[in-house]
Formats: sequence, structure tokens, C-alpha cells
Amino acid sequence: MGIAEDVRPDHRVISEWIEPGARVLDLGCGDGELMELLSQRKETRVQGIELDEKAIWECVRKGLSVCQGDIETGLAEYPDRCFDYVILNQSLQEVRKASFLLREALRVGERAIVGFPNFAHIGARVSLFFGGRAPMTPSLPYRWYDTPNVRFLSIGDFRVFCAEMGFAVEKAAFLSGREAITFWPNLRALSAIFLLAGTEKIV
Amino acid sequence: MESLLKTEVAADKPEGPPRSLGIVETKEYSFVGPLTLESGETLGPVTLAYETYGTLNGEKSNAILVLHALSGDAHAAGFHKGEKDPGWWDAMIGPGKPFDTDRYFVICSNVIGGCKGSTGPSSVNPKTGKPYGTDFPFVTIGDMVQAQRHLIDHLGIDRLLCVAGGSMGGMQALQWVASYPERVRSAIPIATALKHSPQQIAFNEVIRQAIMADPAWRGGDYYATGQPEKGLSVARMIGHITFMSEKSMEQKFSRRLKDGELGFAFGADFEVEGYLRYRGEQFVKRFDANSYLYITKAMDYLDLSGGRLIAGKGVDTRFLVLSFLSDWLYPSHQSQGIVRQLKRKRVDVTYCELQSTWGHDAFLVELEGQTTLIRHFLERTYLGRENGNGNR
Repeated sequence: MGIAEDVRPDHRVISEWIEPGARVLDLGCGDGELMELLSQRKETRVQGIELDEKAIWECVRKGLSVCQGDIETGLAEYPDRCFDYVILNQSLQEVRKASFLLREALRVGERAIVGFPNFAHIGARVSLFFGGRAPMTPSLPYRWYDTPNVRFLSIGDFRVFCAEMGFAVEKAAFLSGREAITFWPNLRALSAIFLLAGTEKIV
Repeated sequence: MESLLKTEVAADKPEGPPRSLGIVETKEYSFVGPLTLESGETLGPVTLAYETYGTLNGEKSNAILVLHALSGDAHAAGFHKGEKDPGWWDAMIGPGKPFDTDRYFVICSNVIGGCKGSTGPSSVNPKTGKPYGTDFPFVTIGDMVQAQRHLIDHLGIDRLLCVAGGSMGGMQALQWVASYPERVRSAIPIATALKHSPQQIAFNEVIRQAIMADPAWRGGDYYATGQPEKGLSVARMIGHITFMSEKSMEQKFSRRLKDGELGFAFGADFEVEGYLRYRGEQFVKRFDANSYLYITKAMDYLDLSGGRLIAGKGVDTRFLVLSFLSDWLYPSHQSQGIVRQLKRKRVDVTYCELQSTWGHDAFLVELEGQTTLIRHFLERTYLGRENGNGNR
């Protein structure tokens, strides 16, 4: 089944990567937009973790299952490999224990899908270099004093991080608005999505 | 087929405005038994008081069992003839309400050990022809559920769409899954726990001691002489303190004086004192002291921790677990303990901690979150639309 035109581009990418019938955990699932897309289009068995009470009401209204909780501690009880995919879309940059969380994601999931804003986008570079101001871009729309982000990473940083952690990058997609970026993504993409698998035996 | 279609159409349309069930009646179901209780003793014959609302459909797939808290009864919704006040969960049960009786067949069952029409310590012991008193065998939450299972068999229902309840009602809902997982499609335990903490046991012990310290208790043999009213009243006052939060007490009473000035006597100076006394006095008119002893013991004995909720492999029962931020009697971490066990067993669970200042009472009065979550959770369970974990 085709995916509607108005679907968010990052959701479209993630939805294309996940095969029908997969077991999926969405960390920081918000109001369940992506989960609903996955369950309708892909008949995936989705489950979410979300902190915001009203967002949980919205998920339940959509017929989705979601547990209220902090994504940094919410994975502990899940048995190993009980999901095919663990999604961390646009929430990694808000997480303090980023490496711990990704290791956990690849313990409970066969694969992890990680989407984050690219801090090295040309707009951010220009604003810092020429403007002397903390960067603000369409994917990093906050001012220094009201940002929920605690981690500021680039696509380049994330590749190095994956290599250090022993995560295999199976796929990557780079976006600027609705446009897919293939050339010089670390300079031109506003956001990135990675499909990771653990290469080591993770204990 | 036509009825199925109707259901699906109804699901996409908002229901009509919530309406009252009108006049309802408590029914009784008696069976010879005897039940073999967890203590090893037996109990029989057994009577259970219950009420039903709505209509059981042809496939018998729309039955919901609602379970009450410590001092509750089978009268969950609608009005008894001639009474001003509706049942204890009337806001949630009825046409157009979350437990929508236009769609579901809702059963509310009383518990054994109680005094609201079911067999308990104030019932006549067939061996002596006199009330059981403390000769009544100890019952557990598991025993209460076993008795309810007889009722559900009697009603011809093989699999319940849902078991739901708050506080001790939530304990029964959990016990239903533990005892009869194959007979429960979904469960909604609210403001409850897998087991009582030492703090909860401690409150119950003080409650029991208050009753038993009253000379009128007479070792439980008071049915000819009258209830231990003082003791039971104090017991209930303790309970009411634990049902409220510091904030809700501040909002409700602050330090307001009953008569505008201090009395310099041991009367009820403050409104909060008057409230507790009033609640205590009202309670002795409607509840049996021995039942309070037996039921609080049953709650203290429950322990579904350590994998006892979901024995063996996972079950396909769906869960909606709810707790309230200001509930310090059944704090959220206890609900999270339920969720943790379900996650470990890969059981489909939704959990939400609802904002409320009402303390433990919230499950009866904080309606907005419960309404929307329960309504949609039930709808998804009932329609069973394939949504991965959603069903089966």
C-alpha cells in the first residue's frame, strides 16, 4: 500500500524500512502519529513509551498501547530481543545517557532506528561562524534558553559514535524538509535517520 | 451480521450524551459449593449479590465485570428505588458513558466476606443457625474471585471482555487474570497494587485494632447486642485520612472552624474533625465491623508479585493500568510494579499516571482522564481491530 503524500518525510523513511508484521517499540512516541502509520500501513505490532499524559490520551484514542515513563529508564524490564525495531526518532538529542540508551535499545531490539537534527547543517555553521550566535535551524528551532535538547550532534559525530560503540550502520537517510539529501549530508541535511544493528554480543 | 455492522458504525460515531441507567436492582446468586478456600477451609452455601446493566449480546462477547473497593457493593450505577444517590461508579457506567451499557453488558459483583448481600461473617452459619461472627473462614482476594467465577459461569459467559476496578477492585481484577487468564480479554486495574506494602498493612492493622479494642466487639459475637460502633467509626476515620491527599484536605477543610470559634473542649472544633466524625458515624449504619476485619485481612494477604500475576508464558489479556499522582495510599510506583511485570512477560499494556489532587479518592471522582482512556481502550478491545498488540 502506498504512503500518503502528506506523511512526514521522516515517518515515510522509517515506515519504508520496517517490514510488515514487525514488532516495534517507539521511544518518545508523542501522540502516536508514527505508530498509527506503522500499525495501519504495515500491520506492525507497535508499543510506545511517552512521558506526556495528554499525548498518552491521544495514543489511546488512536487505539495504541503506550506506557507512561521516562525513555532512559523505561527499557529495563523488557527481555532481550523482544522487538524487531526500537525507534528513537527526534528524542536522542533530549537524552542525557545517550550511549546507555542506545545500548539498551539494541538489547531489547534487533535493530534501532535513530533520527536526530544535524547540528552541522550549513545554516547552523553560518549562524555560529558569521553571526556569532548559537545556531537555530528548522530542525533546531529553539533558543539557547528554551531548548529541550541536551545533546548537540552532527551526522559526522554520530558515525564516529557508532563506530566507537560497535553499532553497524545498515541504512541512513538524510533530509532537508521533504527533500532527500545524498550529497554532502553533514553540510546539507537538516536531519538524519540511521538504521543500526548491534555488531557485538550485548550483555 | 447486521448487529456487527451496527457496532462498527456506532464505533465511529460519538455516542449520545451520557444518560442515567434509571432504576436498577440488586440480584442474588446462590450456589451450594462448597468453595475450597486458600486457607484450606470450605465455605458453602454461598450467595453473591450482583447487579447487571445493559444486554448480553448473542456471542456473549460484551460482558464486563466491574469490581468494587473495600467498602463498596454491587450497586455500581443507576438508582435503587426511592434513593437519591446513584451507585458508586455511576459517572462511568451507563448509556453513553465509558462503560457504555448501550454496547456492553456490565456486571458488578459483591465479594464474599462482605455484608452487602453476599455470604460473610454476618450471614447465618448453617451449622449453628446463628451469624458466623469470627467462625467465618478467612477469605482471600483469590477466594472472592473464585466465587465470582461461579457467578460468571452461571451467567453463561465464557470470556469476559474486561475486568475493571479501583483499589481492592483493582486487586480483584489482577487476581482474575492470575486465576483465569483465558477468561479475561482485558483488565483495567486502577489505583491498586500487586501486594500491600508494610505501610498499607500497618494502616489496616490500626483499623482492625480500633474495631477489636471496642468492648462491644465481643470477640466478633455482637449480632445480638449491637455493632462496636465506636471502634468501627474510628476505623473508618483512619481510612478516610488515607483516601485524601494533604492538598485535597487543605482545599476541602483548611483550618476552618465548625462553629466559628475554638470550643476549648474536646468537641469537633475544626471542619476536618467534624467531617471524619460524620463519615465514621454514617459508616457504622451501613457496614459490618467483622466484614471490615475480614476484608482488610484479605487485602493484606494478596501477593501477586514475583511473577505470580502472569504465571508461565505470557497471556493475551490486554491491560490498561492507571494511577493518580496524589494517591499516597496506592502510590504510582505500585502501579508501575504491575507494568514492569507485564513488560517482562511481553503482555500488551498501556499505563498512565493521571494528574489529580484528590489522593486515593481520585479513582471515584477524577473522571476526565479515566473517561477518555477507558472508553477508547474498551472500544479497541471490543472491536478487536487488528493493531498488532491490540488484540490476540
